[in-house]
Amino acid sequence: MLKGEHITKDFGGLRVLGDVSFEVKEGLIFGLIGPNGAGKTTVFNIISGLLKPTSGRVTFDGRDITNRPPYEITGYGISRTFQNIRVFREMTLLENVLVGMHRLFSYSAFSMFFDLPKKRSEEKDLREKAFEILSIVRLTEKADLKAESLSYGEQRKLELARALATEPKLLLIDEPAAGMNPAETEELMEEIVHINGKGYTICLIEHDMKVVMGICSHIAVLNFGELIAEGSPDDIKANPEVIEAYLGKEELSA
Amino acid sequence: MPELITSFWQTYNTLFYTVFVHGMLALSIYITLSCGQLSLGNAAFMGIGAYTAALLTMKAGAPFGISLIAGGFLPAVVALIIGIPTLRLSGVYLAMATLGFGEVVRVVILNMEITGGSLGLNGVPLKTELWHLILVMGILIYFFIKLRNSRFGRILEAINEDEVAASVMGIRATYYKVWAFAIGAFIAGVAGGLNAHFTFFISPREYGFEPAVDILTFAVLGGTRTLWGPLAGSTILTILPELFRFLGPYRLALNGIILVLVVLYLPNGIVNRDTFTNLKRFFKKEENA
Repeated sequence: MLKGEHITKDFGGLRVLGDVSFEVKEGLIFGLIGPNGAGKTTVFNIISGLLKPTSGRVTFDGRDITNRPPYEITGYGISRTFQNIRVFREMTLLENVLVGMHRLFSYSAFSMFFDLPKKRSEEKDLREKAFEILSIVRLTEKADLKAESLSYGEQRKLELARALATEPKLLLIDEPAAGMNPAETEELMEEIVHINGKGYTICLIEHDMKVVMGICSHIAVLNFGELIAEGSPDDIKANPEVIEAYLGKEELSA
Repeated sequence: MPELITSFWQTYNTLFYTVFVHGMLALSIYITLSCGQLSLGNAAFMGIGAYTAALLTMKAGAPFGISLIAGGFLPAVVALIIGIPTLRLSGVYLAMATLGFGEVVRVVILNMEITGGSLGLNGVPLKTELWHLILVMGILIYFFIKLRNSRFGRILEAINEDEVAASVMGIRATYYKVWAFAIGAFIAGVAGGLNAHFTFFISPREYGFEPAVDILTFAVLGGTRTLWGPLAGSTILTILPELFRFLGPYRLALNGIILVLVVLYLPNGIVNRDTFTNLKRFFKKEENA
């Protein structure tokens, strides 16, 4: 479904990604893991169009999406969340989701100004739909609160809901467990499996291996901008290079 | 008694008219601020509108309504043309670019023959009446209220809060920013046209750097989170210097002092989103007591 081919990214003289290739298969949960600073978020930024790769290309459903602007890529069916939560803090939960649904609205400025039936019915229908999306992450009771009043974990869920509102085929989730306690993390992972069960393909970034092992069917490991391993969770757990990247090389005792 | 009212009106009607015009200008910058863009070009747009409308009525004998609409459209078209390259800029860079644009407009007006150069245009027919101002202001307030809870209002606010997040929601930010900029220019242009038709005389000086900053001040003082903020700000800053006439030339310093105090103690402006809820709560308490 999503393919990255030989992606390289340099920032000035610094190589952040070197010849990274991967494939995300439809319907599965794909995990992209690696220690902090390995270049995982850079991969997401390139997929979602926020950064241009120095070389290499990204294709989605066979279409070349390299160097396309973010709003266009969202239109093709890729949506994402951010590691440092970026909900619209001063808007209500419902409004956040409605912004995500923005491509589904079609009424004109003229309809807006004269409050025509088209505007009213569209606003009403899509508000109902926004409620449904909020119910996926179980936040309907708070629909009219401002996003900034939510807890950290709830804001992450809201961000997921907002990403779902764009009607993606592929959902990119960036370190959902960052800054959350183990209980919250577990709940969120269940949420992600639940969303995957509804037919969304998911690509998940995580630096904590334990978190993703249980839910991903395929994992790629990134270290210092290079792909060092790829395979099923069991393959990854047994891979000596991965163990080295995470735990460091064993010192030879004399 | 009626005599007193008549003489009061004769003395202060220009001030009253100016309150309306300043309110429109404050709203013209509010729409660009509401998608996070700091534009200092609105005085220039007002100038383009004022000269366009005045020249149409004076030289072409166009009906007032036509002149006004043309005075709105020309600045809007100019805004679309200059907005496409400049609105990729943000923050201070956009402010500088629009300020530069304002200077260009001022110098062009200063050197053109049809505009009367530095002498300005004298004898613009007095056509603006109070009901024109009330009507235009009413339409604007209605427009901004409708905008707030529509898809367009939400898009502008999303861009304002986080442009990157908005772009991955599928929003083409530059497109909406350019339109907001053009609508702001249209409003400023109409305000300029209305203004020209009651001041009798217009000159390039009225559309330079100082008014550009004044317009921004209206919005910052009043608050940029609701449409009532800029209106409150412009009204206060227009009337205050009149109330403090006894201070002589120092009265203009008062505006500066108020601005400093507001920025220090009410950084969100005089009217913000919580103002109305707070007021309601306050009155409820009074009733209960």
